[in-house]
Amino acid sequence: MLLIRCPWCGPRNEVEFSYGGAADVVYPPDPDALSDAEWGEYVFVRDNPRGPFAERWVHTAGCRRWFRAVRNTVTHEFREES
Amino acid sequence: MTDDLMRSPLAGVTFTAPFVRELPFLAMVNLRVGTFPHPLPGPNRVGTLDGRDVLWLGPDEWLVVGPPGDAPAIETLLHQALGDTHGSVVDVSANRTTLAVSGPHARDTLAKGCPLDLHPSVFGPGHCAQTLLARAQVVLRQVDADPTYHVLVRGSFAPYLAEWLADATREFW
Repeated sequence: MLLIRCPWCGPRNEVEFSYGGAADVVYPPDPDALSDAEWGEYVFVRDNPRGPFAERWVHTAGCRRWFRAVRNTVTHEFREES
Repeated sequence: MTDDLMRSPLAGVTFTAPFVRELPFLAMVNLRVGTFPHPLPGPNRVGTLDGRDVLWLGPDEWLVVGPPGDAPAIETLLHQALGDTHGSVVDVSANRTTLAVSGPHARDTLAKGCPLDLHPSVFGPGHCAQTLLARAQVVLRQVDADPTYHVLVRGSFAPYLAEWLADATREFW
């Protein structure tokens, strides 16, 4: 069980949180100009690094706020980052 | 002010353990505001506002709790305090009912289903948290050092949680 630090509530058990996938996925500035392949890339394709990975989490059972966290995909260590 | 039409989600439930009881119909008013003229409690803490308890729910969200029937007075109080400031004041009294769990076995009972560390060095009187109890979302608050805990649970989850408590307290009495 992971202990995840909510920026508002402090360290809480993993079961209180929901996972929101990769962070920093920027919405295309001009969506109409994208080809189907490029749109598919934006919607579905994500990095799958071995090591630090920026993610979105939401404190579902707590303050219900979304936040960004960097998790090491090998060790599950969370690094505090806004 | 409670009338005949009010019915608690736990009406008719018999609490087997002597240290569990329901506190029905407590007034609860949700406050969402950026800046408020009166001091409000910080993260995971309970404060007071004009005789009512104020529970911290999030960075811009608080729950003001008063005795049954007090919600209109709390709303008036908060509206007056807000003045021209932007904020949201909503009577959510019907959202949750309150279970009081108290006495020497209260902590062990709740610890069976709660992911929070309830040790007195971490969670003591005046602390509150939104968390899970037996997988049901609750607002948990420690009232005194007996310890007495108040569990604020949504009406639709209340019968389930009451049954879970009946099972969890079984070994203690």
